[in-house]
Amino acid sequence: MSGSLGRASAALLHLGRGVLLRGPALRTRSSGPGGSGSGPASREHLDSLVKKDKVVVFLKGTPQQPQCGFSNAVVQILRLHGVTDYAAYNVLEDPDLRQGIKDYSNWPTIPQVYLNGEFVGGCDILLQMHQNGDLVEELKKLGIRSALLDAKTDHDSK
Amino acid sequence: MLSGLRVRLLVPRAMSSCVRLSSVYLKRAGMEGPVEAAIRAKLEQALSPEVLELRNESSGHAVPPGSETHFRVAVVSSRFEGLSSLQRHRLVHAALAEELAGPVHALAIQARTPAQWRDNPKLDISPACLGGSKKDLRGVS
Repeated sequence: MSGSLGRASAALLHLGRGVLLRGPALRTRSSGPGGSGSGPASREHLDSLVKKDKVVVFLKGTPQQPQCGFSNAVVQILRLHGVTDYAAYNVLEDPDLRQGIKDYSNWPTIPQVYLNGEFVGGCDILLQMHQNGDLVEELKKLGIRSALLDAKTDHDSK
Repeated sequence: MLSGLRVRLLVPRAMSSCVRLSSVYLKRAGMEGPVEAAIRAKLEQALSPEVLELRNESSGHAVPPGSETHFRVAVVSSRFEGLSSLQRHRLVHAALAEELAGPVHALAIQARTPAQWRDNPKLDISPACLGGSKKDLRGVS
């Protein structure tokens, strides 16, 4: 990847809360069918949540106000790629969701990122995918053109 | 009766203070605490790493001093050859299942093959804490 992307990668981990002018859809577990907002988060319901949108993230806090540095890193990476239309679930608001999503993915920590209904990993893996170009490719498969491709094109043409 | 109550309250508090102080002592003395030691031992046994760099990052988070709740680890092992990042991380999680179900609240992982590590031999820096779940002082994941 280009030097500027490398520098951006290094910097983004230390960004504070981003100001999103047009943010992703903040969802609660109860939005959509099958969610009551209380009681254990069933596997079937979580399955429907992760498959309902192309890009789904489970965070501590919200994209507008992340409450965890690792969750914020996920938000910032998606923002760099120009991905604004994604579903974000705040596990701090729902203890059953917080535990349920860990059981669902068999992954012990938050944040968690799902692309096309498939668990991709947490912050470390998303950062790696961002740095090595895999994220651009995966977004492309979902029909999402990364903003970084346009930034690179602009750079190349100057 | 009041003095009896006071004794009952004091004893557990004193004991927990002792545990906390000993962790703080170990940390200030540059020695690793019990959780850090367990993580190191388990990863060494499970993955026979060429390089294992482990950092307790708890002091940068909203947890009491001397905590062992937030860690960053770089594991360099030929056992990671041919495995995706997800598979590598899952191996690390499996080795540390007990710690992750217990005191460890956050674990940042760099899982590299020896060749990958030679290209970039660096334990990264974790992002700053943004407060977390302030009411959950036990640091439960």
